[in-house]
Amino acid sequence: MSPTDVAVRSRDRVGAGPARIGEDAPRPDGVPKVTGDFAFSSDLWHADMLWGGTLRSPHPAARISRIDVAPALAITGVHAVLTHEDVPGSQTYGLEHPDQPVLAVDVVRYQGEPVAVVAADHPATVRRALEAIVVGYEPTEPLVDPEVAETAPPIHPDGNVIRRIHLRHGDQQAAERPGLVSVEGTYEVGMQDQAFLGPESGLAVPDGNGGVDLHVATQWLHVDRDQVAACLGLPVDDVRITLAGVGGAFGAREDLSLHVHLCLLALRTGRPVKMSYSRDESFYGHVHRHPARMWYRHHATPDGDLVRVEARLLFDGGAYASTSAAVLANATCFAAGPYRVPSAEVVGTAVRTDNPPCGAMRGFGAVQTCFAHEAQMDRLADALGMDRVSLRRRNALAPGDVLITGQRITGTLPVVEVLDACAGHPSAAVAPVEPMARPGGAGRTADADHIVRGEALALGFKNLMFSEGFDDSSEARCVIHDGVATITSACVEVGQGFVTLVRQIVGEVLGTAEVVLEPASTADIGSAGSTSASRQTWMSGGAVQLACEAARGELLARLAVIHGTAPVDLDLVDGRVVGLPDGLSPTLAEATGEPVEATVVHRHAPTVPLDADGQGDAHVSFAVSAHRAIVDVDPDLGLVKVVELTTAQDVGRILNPRQALGQLEGGAAQGVGLAVMEEVRVDEGRIRNASFTDYLIPTALDMPPVEVAALVEQPEPGAPFGAKGIGESPTISSTAAVAGAIRAATGHDLPRVPVRPEDIALHGTSGDPPPEEAA
Amino acid sequence: MSDEALSLTVNGQAHQVSDALPGESLLFVLRERLGLAGSKNACEEGECGSCTVRVDDRLVCSCLVLAAAAAGCSVTTVEGLAQEGGAATGADLADVQQAFLDSGAVQCGFCTPGLLMAIDDLLDREPDPDELVVREAISGNLCRCTGYGRILAAVEMVAAGRRDAGGTS
Repeated sequence: MSPTDVAVRSRDRVGAGPARIGEDAPRPDGVPKVTGDFAFSSDLWHADMLWGGTLRSPHPAARISRIDVAPALAITGVHAVLTHEDVPGSQTYGLEHPDQPVLAVDVVRYQGEPVAVVAADHPATVRRALEAIVVGYEPTEPLVDPEVAETAPPIHPDGNVIRRIHLRHGDQQAAERPGLVSVEGTYEVGMQDQAFLGPESGLAVPDGNGGVDLHVATQWLHVDRDQVAACLGLPVDDVRITLAGVGGAFGAREDLSLHVHLCLLALRTGRPVKMSYSRDESFYGHVHRHPARMWYRHHATPDGDLVRVEARLLFDGGAYASTSAAVLANATCFAAGPYRVPSAEVVGTAVRTDNPPCGAMRGFGAVQTCFAHEAQMDRLADALGMDRVSLRRRNALAPGDVLITGQRITGTLPVVEVLDACAGHPSAAVAPVEPMARPGGAGRTADADHIVRGEALALGFKNLMFSEGFDDSSEARCVIHDGVATITSACVEVGQGFVTLVRQIVGEVLGTAEVVLEPASTADIGSAGSTSASRQTWMSGGAVQLACEAARGELLARLAVIHGTAPVDLDLVDGRVVGLPDGLSPTLAEATGEPVEATVVHRHAPTVPLDADGQGDAHVSFAVSAHRAIVDVDPDLGLVKVVELTTAQDVGRILNPRQALGQLEGGAAQGVGLAVMEEVRVDEGRIRNASFTDYLIPTALDMPPVEVAALVEQPEPGAPFGAKGIGESPTISSTAAVAGAIRAATGHDLPRVPVRPEDIALHGTSGDPPPEEAA
Repeated sequence: MSDEALSLTVNGQAHQVSDALPGESLLFVLRERLGLAGSKNACEEGECGSCTVRVDDRLVCSCLVLAAAAAGCSVTTVEGLAQEGGAATGADLADVQQAFLDSGAVQCGFCTPGLLMAIDDLLDREPDPDELVVREAISGNLCRCTGYGRILAAVEMVAAGRRDAGGTS
């Protein structure tokens, strides 16, 4: 295959007629994905290509005294060995702040930081060359404690505090009135990995004129392009990035990884260069979900009305900023959950350490605080002697209410509906009969009479789209020619099904099944923004809708002139133009022998930055979700089996029920993983489990059935087709629900996820706070 | 370099691989030397199952098998599934492939080839497995997108289809 074959330019005719909104439309990339023909980024191949590789620091903190690449260059088959001295443009890059070196300059700040890159004729030659590079490291004491980082000497010229937000809302003395019930807790979330299956990989091809074409799996082509061009010292038009098949993303592809390295090697050697990370390298090669420490205090009246929430949030950003500032903003803004809270003080801090860099992962800051605020709500209900669901319902946010950021909810937000649907859904869970279905499963299986069952419910809350004044617009083009609608958008398909949605939107607006979706590339269209923040259905789906409507309008206007009638009298119905004089009713194909074309940029309603008190209309839209978890626990062995998950979600409107179900089930699985097994174990700045042998994600045996109690459809004003983004919510409340269920089963307070076997089996024996058995 | 060419039969077609290094895995040779990139490389340490192929009658992680060890064997990859499974019914796709599409089991698709091989193998051995058996059988195939719900639905769809067809597959 050549790179030009790489992208799926599908003029497919899946199904008989036009796809419609609301249908289980099939994936246009489905057939190549089941036959093995779909080209993922790691499948790229060029007859003349070299293989690339990366030398990474073994130390979390060190000065580099020297780098000698000569022994590596002397190896037969090695074509280039590059260090920071070979970076012609900006030495640093970053999504929000360009603070991360392309290749280490004099110091390394985390284990795995890239130091040099190699291009050679075979992966085995690459490995030998990497081993032959001599680097003089002078290790220094790594800064690994985020609480120390705030006051420690800076490990980077930009300082150790990446961002602090001091949110103050309402009467700051509200908790001083007598008679309130208060509960307090400290919570911790471990570092989670996105663990997409398709390794970071790409192919860079020099264009022979000093520019380069990069085919890569990513989430945001244009911002990649801008960063790559700056580091290469090239005009942006000399760098063209085209999407290669993406094997999952979940936030981990929002930052650059091998992009600049590949382009440097291709431009240096004049040859196409392919690079593909191994699994262990992938753990070092992308950002993770921030580990967090969170202190909370909730105050309520004896009747159960929330009065005030106080919180201190400390997020460990690791060595470089990535998206830490935006993650922290989300954590802070949504710290109290989907509840009416008239008074709040939240101090959020993201710091820099020598730990692995952290950034975007599905849920983006709201996952961590959801775990904490939902534990607090359970604790508060118990202290009040109230039913936990009733406490949540009593305080549930509704349209017209004000968030702790001072923003009033003007769209839909069916918190009570979601809560009641989930809580009221009958459970299908039965007692496990077969040993395989018990805690421990195929391994050390729990004895049946040791198993205790627990159940809990949690609500999650998050924004949709980018916030704080960011204009994350999306551009799309629609060309209709001979009845075929050709759509161009730089929106990245990561598996979520945007490619399906395009066909549905075109079918809905133009009534045609003849749809061509061009490859996503920076060369052909403006930015679509990132495939993240649950935003692409709204932003790029909206852009495609507007482009199709504009092209249709163009067509009808042209026909109106030709036939001497008014455009308003014409319409496109079931693929035919209606309303023309003399009974004419041409098909779309007949009417577009001469093509019509429209290009539009879609913007969401503007937002504003948070002010000094963390107040402001910083967000576009919001979504809420609920999960109820039922778990079986063997308290002696500390083993957990998640038996059942039930969910209800605020979706605005469902555009493709089958794809929506996939988001709900898959997102919940990642939440289950964080609750009971997934953690990047970092010890003195070093990752201890950089493999799928040691970093466990849920298998089919770990994952319970997901019962969907309700998809609550309240169309969102301003959203295309009324649809809210649905990708992140399932990951937010699932972790909190599972952790709550383990608490309910064991009676232990378990303030940390993932809940490890020792947290249960050894509870109270190693300096943990005394168990609150009576609670 | 090995002087002797490596003889591999893949999806019924004989191949002579003359330039492989001795340490190359079956996965590497399939992907990089024979151009059969359908078998995937999510971990290359035998944990994820994305590289699953059949060597003679055994399901293996092709990342853990030396290409040289598969010499003379008959290898079936996802690229061979359609001709093998589809031939029985005259369809373009094997029933398990079609079921993945119909049930929504495909998202990013990176785990799909390995899961198709594992499920095809399971249903050959056990045409009517209960859910726990299916979960155990595919527990060596990681999927990060779907949470497995639609994949289990696809297995049930195939099993039901084969039952309706009279138990032949």
